[in-house]
Formats: sequence, structure tokens, C-alpha cells
Amino acid sequence: MTIEVCGVRHSFESRTVLRDVDVTLTEHRVGVIGANGSGKSTFARLLNGLVVPQHGSVRVDGLDTRSDGAEVRRRVGFVFTDPDAQIVMPTVAEDVAFGLRPQRLSKPDTRQVVDEALSDFGLSSHRDHPAHLLSGGQKQLLALCSVLVTEPKVLVCDEPTTLLDLRNTRRVLDLLSRISQRVILVTHDLEAVQRMDRVLVFDQGRIAHDGPPPDAVAHYRSLVE
Amino acid sequence: MITGAYVAGTSPLHRAPAGGKLAGLALACTALLLAREPWSVGVAAAGVAAMYALARVRPAAAWAQVRPLRWFVPVLLVVQLLITDAGSAVSLTARIVLAVALAGLVTLTTRMSELMGALERGMSPLRRVGVDPRRVSLLLSLAIRSVPVVAGIAGRVRDAQRARGRERSIRAFAVPLVVGVLRQADALGEALQARGLDD
Ligand SMILES: Nc1ncnc2c1ncn2[C@@H]1O[C@H](COP(=O)(O)OP(=O)(O)OP(=O)(O)O)[C@@H](O)[C@H]1O
Ligand SMILES: [Mg+2]
Repeated sequence: MTIEVCGVRHSFESRTVLRDVDVTLTEHRVGVIGANGSGKSTFARLLNGLVVPQHGSVRVDGLDTRSDGAEVRRRVGFVFTDPDAQIVMPTVAEDVAFGLRPQRLSKPDTRQVVDEALSDFGLSSHRDHPAHLLSGGQKQLLALCSVLVTEPKVLVCDEPTTLLDLRNTRRVLDLLSRISQRVILVTHDLEAVQRMDRVLVFDQGRIAHDGPPPDAVAHYRSLVE
Repeated sequence: MITGAYVAGTSPLHRAPAGGKLAGLALACTALLLAREPWSVGVAAAGVAAMYALARVRPAAAWAQVRPLRWFVPVLLVVQLLITDAGSAVSLTARIVLAVALAGLVTLTTRMSELMGALERGMSPLRRVGVDPRRVSLLLSLAIRSVPVVAGIAGRVRDAQRARGRERSIRAFAVPLVVGVLRQADALGEALQARGLDD
């Protein structure tokens, strides 16, 4: 499965946020780094059609995000920075079950899938807890769990560990490196990026560097100096 | 009170179907509305207490259901005392507390998803007039889920305001609160879309 971003340029109002973005992603683990405001989040949102580019196109598995947004989103899961904004149901199990709705599983089947997913994420004991009582790290794990249970082929994460402590950061990163899905990880964590197969460095809306982690990080550092 | 207060259990009330509990709640509230005599209010109170016992709800959880009324009750009582006699004032206030306690009991013993399912089924006749019950129940879940989120935003705004020495400014509270809530709503909309709600 391939993600093709072709000749993308995108502006908000008069401000060009992405320009000349041309990239084909086939690697298992792709990292995205760059300064604040360099366009990383906008790029990430392109990949599941939350942002449709003004110029150029984005294709996932051959599907254009412009015309097949809903289909693309079924293949591309997305995890945001703020877990509070992604948990839409009042309790833990219900939030996981929410993503399964389109599959119209029977009640016992839904229950089984949810229970297995919760135990994978170490959240079983919080099954019927109100989601707002979880810690920040647990909320982010729940958000990840709720997305992964729908079995997307690609997972795009926009700074999923920014709000987490060291231990939960490690938990989330371990999880991301363990899952079979392809992962595209936007992050400011230069250590996490070392585990990636390929890293894109954004600078002022362009991909300034594209390569293996050590080179990419070195390039990113050189931009700052 | 409505933030997903479900407490897991195996009592008969936990096992009763959600639709039945909602219907029972509606009936009981109607009965409470009609019951004026002090003796009938006493009977109702005993009944509600018995139901809580039957559900094996811990006193702390039971108290949490009616606790939000603790400011409302004295006000209501005073207003009632001004317009009617003491007996009616006490009776009305007691019946309101009992109705809230019963509603609380339903939320304590019923999973939110089951309540929503029952509501969806109850609303299905409305399909003919163009109402989509699934959308309505999703909207309700979202509203319930939003209560603690908005409370959290309010708490953070208040802390930020105090940290800057603006203890009592309504504007310094309201503006960031509204902005925070709108931003949260925006993010939630995006998350819903990302989770495939647009089809
Ligand atoms: N919805 C929007 N409306 C207007 N401008 C936007 C919008 N989203 C992003 N921008 C602008 O686009 C630019 C790039 O934003 P983006 O969020 O993609 O950056 P980023 O690389 O993710 O930054 P950060 O590291 O801070 O998350 C910024 O200048 C931002 O102000
Ligand atoms: Mg960003």
C-alpha cells in the first residue's frame, strides 16, 4: 500500500503552509519532524483527507482524498495530540465500541473485540470507568486503542506523546513500534525518530530533507543553527 | 451527576432492561408529581430507599446523585414557603429530590450505551418524521461526554486567571472559557470525522 502526495500546495487565507510537497511513502515507519509552524500537522491531516489540498493530490491505496475521503479515512487512522478531544464516549469501553459501529457487529462480538483490545492496552480494569477520570497517558492509550480496533492500514499520529510523562511516552512509542500497521509519526521527540525507517524534515512548508534518521536529525539541527 | 456514573453490579436493577427502567422512571416521576399527601411522599421516600438498597449502591454513590441539589433545595424551599404553606413546600421539595434520586439510580445501574440503545429504540417511530435516532443518541452521548471536558476547561481557565492575579474578573473567565470550548468543539468535530463519522 502506497501513500502518494503529488505536487501539493496549500494555503490558509493568504498564508502558504505547504508548497511543492511531492513524496511517496511506502516504508513501515515514517517520522516527520520540523519547527513549529513548518506544516507538519497540515501534512498529516492531508493523509486522511481532513485537509484537502488546494493544488495537487493525495492518494492512499490509489484512492484520492478529494473524492474518496470517507474510504481513505477507513484505511488511515489518526491520533491527535490532545486525547480529550478524541474520546467521544463517556466510558472507556463505549469509546472503543464507538469506532466499531460501522461494522455492525452483534453485541457479543462487539463486546469480545472491545475486551480483547482493552486487555492489549492494559485498560481492562478501567472498562466501565468514565473516560475523563483516566490519566493523560491512559487517555492517549485509549485514543490509540479506539483507533486501532477499527484495523486501519496506516496510523498517522500527530505528536501523540507531547502531553505524556516519560513512562507513558515509552508505552505509547513501544506500542507504535510493535503494531503491524504502518505508522507515520509527527513528533518533536528526536529520540523517538531514531526508530523510524525514514524521516521527513519540514521547513517552512517544504520537505527540506528526506532520509534515514541520523541524517534527518542532523539536517534539522543544522536548520536551527 | 450524569458523567457516566455507572457502577458495575449484578443486582436485579442492574440486570433489568434499560428501556424498562426508563419507562419505570417516567411512570414514577408522574406518580411523584401527583402524590401530594405527606403520607404518600413518605411511602415514595421509603420506596426509593428500598430501590437503592436493592441495587446495592454504596451510600457515597447515592449521595453523589443528589449532592448537586444541595444548593437548590434551600432556595426552592424558601421560595415555596413564601408562596404556599409549610406542608406543601416540604412535600414538593421532597418529591423533586426523590425524582432526581430515581433518575440517578437509573444512571448508576445502566451503562450509557444501553441507555442510548433504549432511547434509540424508543425514538425509532420518529424516523417517519425525519429524525435519525442514531444521530440523536450520539448527540446525547457527546453532550454527556462534554460535561467533564468543559468542567476541565473551566478549571484550567480559573487557575490561569488566578495565577495572573485576576481573581474576580468575569470577562477574564468567560472569554477564554468560550474560546476553549469552541476550540474543543472544533477538535472534536475533526476527531469524529477522522473516526469515520462522515459516512
Ligand atoms: N486551520 C488553520 N487555519 C489557518 N491557519 C492554519 C490552520 N492550520 C494551520 N495553520 C497555519 O499553518 C501553519 C502550519 O501549521 P501546522 O499546524 O501544520 O504546523 P506544525 O508544523 O504542525 O507546527 P507545530 O510543531 O507547532 O505543531 C502555521 O503557520 C499555522 O498558523
Ligand atoms: Mg502540529
